[in-house]
Amino acid sequence: MPLVSFLDVEKTYRSLQGVDYPAVEHFNVEIEPGEFFCLLGPSGCGKTTVLKMLAGFETPTTGQILMEGRPVTGASRDRGVVFQGDDSLYGWLTAVENVEFGLRMRHVGKAERRERALRYLELVGLRGQEQKYPAELSGGMKQRIQIARVLVNEPKMLLMDEPFAALDAQTRSLMQVELARIWQATRTTVLFITHDIDEAVTLGKRIGVMRAGPRSQVKGVVEVALNGARSRTDDAFLRYYKAVYEMIRDEVAKSIVGAS
Amino acid sequence: MIRDSDGAARRALSGYGGYVLGFISLFVIWQLASLYLVSSVLFPPPTVVFRKGVLLVRNGVLLEHLSASLQRILAGFIAGSLLGIPIGLAMGSFRPVRRVLEPYTEFLRFIPSVAMITVAVIWFGIGEASKIFLIIYTTIFIVILNTAAGVSAIAPDKIRAAQSLGATRAQIFIHVAMPATVPYILTGMRLAMGNSFTTIVAAELIAANDGLGKMLWDGRLFMLVDEIFVSLVTLGLLGFVVDRMFRWSIYTFAGKYSPAT
Ligand SMILES: Nc1ncnc2c1ncn2[C@@H]1O[C@H](COP(=O)(O)OP(=O)(O)OP(=O)(O)O)[C@@H](O)[C@H]1O
Ligand SMILES: [Mg+2]
Repeated sequence: MPLVSFLDVEKTYRSLQGVDYPAVEHFNVEIEPGEFFCLLGPSGCGKTTVLKMLAGFETPTTGQILMEGRPVTGASRDRGVVFQGDDSLYGWLTAVENVEFGLRMRHVGKAERRERALRYLELVGLRGQEQKYPAELSGGMKQRIQIARVLVNEPKMLLMDEPFAALDAQTRSLMQVELARIWQATRTTVLFITHDIDEAVTLGKRIGVMRAGPRSQVKGVVEVALNGARSRTDDAFLRYYKAVYEMIRDEVAKSIVGAS
Repeated sequence: MIRDSDGAARRALSGYGGYVLGFISLFVIWQLASLYLVSSVLFPPPTVVFRKGVLLVRNGVLLEHLSASLQRILAGFIAGSLLGIPIGLAMGSFRPVRRVLEPYTEFLRFIPSVAMITVAVIWFGIGEASKIFLIIYTTIFIVILNTAAGVSAIAPDKIRAAQSLGATRAQIFIHVAMPATVPYILTGMRLAMGNSFTTIVAAELIAANDGLGKMLWDGRLFMLVDEIFVSLVTLGLLGFVVDRMFRWSIYTFAGKYSPAT
């Protein structure tokens, strides 16, 4: 049984002027337990919309989203979210206190939650930075705090909305390696949103390519049969890159024409 | 080497050294102006005012008026803040509460506290109650408005993150909304403190038996110009010290509670 199923999901936004905009329609996808699923699509196609619905921040206009067979009705600690920006961090808490947040809400004892938080800070390579405040950390460090904060909470699933989009190329590829390592270690199910083909092929086990909006849906799914460390110069890597690229090329063109 | 000492000098100037220098120059200019520019008994030089001030401190008169004003300000300011903060938090957090209370805040905040003096005296008499009421009145709306604005300025992702980390509504209120609003609350309180000074002096001018405003009024009645100046300088110094304390506490908190992060 899939961990998550989107069943014919539609989301229509109503603008302040009362005009309806159908962002996604007939959206169908299944995500298997333990899998790293990348959702790829041109800007504005509705990726964040899909993630927000699964997270429980928005409700579908029609259709249903099931997790373990039960409909998603609101936010829950089953689905940890890593946000695109860094304004989800709590500026008045230190790095380790940010990571402890979920445990503190569940009344886990002080000593235990500190120990667990430090373990996850170690996992994301931030040991030694635990007493710093978010304002004192770099963009990449802040994203890693977000990842640790979610992982320590042991969700059934990780939802990540372009978590590395704002980072420079070097930091981004370091973070990708780090995330791949963390995923190998924890095997948490991941829904990873990106508009970067290279990132999708580097990380994803399956890549869902979305059409340009409005009424966006999944155009096709590419299964990436690469294991372990992936090298951008491998023939196989390039083959997958090409496959995805060909699928998305027209959609990007459409989204640009549509926008102008 | 040169750059270094230059930097040190600039640091000293931007720190306390700068203040001391600024204040000294203020008194020097005042002294010169009263000696050469408007040499008149109506504009006493700082030396005369200072001597008078020492006298009034010695015989306890200044302290009596000062503590009367300060007590009223503190009582009203603390009560106004304690009322204003929860109301502002509630208005910022719950739309129905905002809808119900906004007419009050939006209407009343345009009636200046000085205009309320007459009503306050009619209602509460000339005693302490009327003054404390006025300070509460002048404090509460600014604190409410700033607190509510602080709540609505919280980044939605901060709330969403807490939701998907398993926090309940009450926990989100206590652990996210409140701390995120602290800098706004402090800013509101600081502005309110400034207003409290205006209000208390105005109220004491009109209806009081003691306080710095009363001292000003008596000075006018009996043409004690140096006494007027003593109370003016006291007001300025007092306001300066209190505002510094606020800035210091905002600054101390800002490291932790900065809204920017
Ligand atoms: N709250 C909203 N109200 C109205 N329209 C919205 C709202 N949120 C998103 N939309 C519209 O829905 C469409 C999809 O938006 P969404 O944020 O999901 O795109 P995206 O794929 O995440 O884009 P990007 O890659 O740029 O982040 C866009 O056309 C956007 O204008
Ligand atoms: Mg998006």
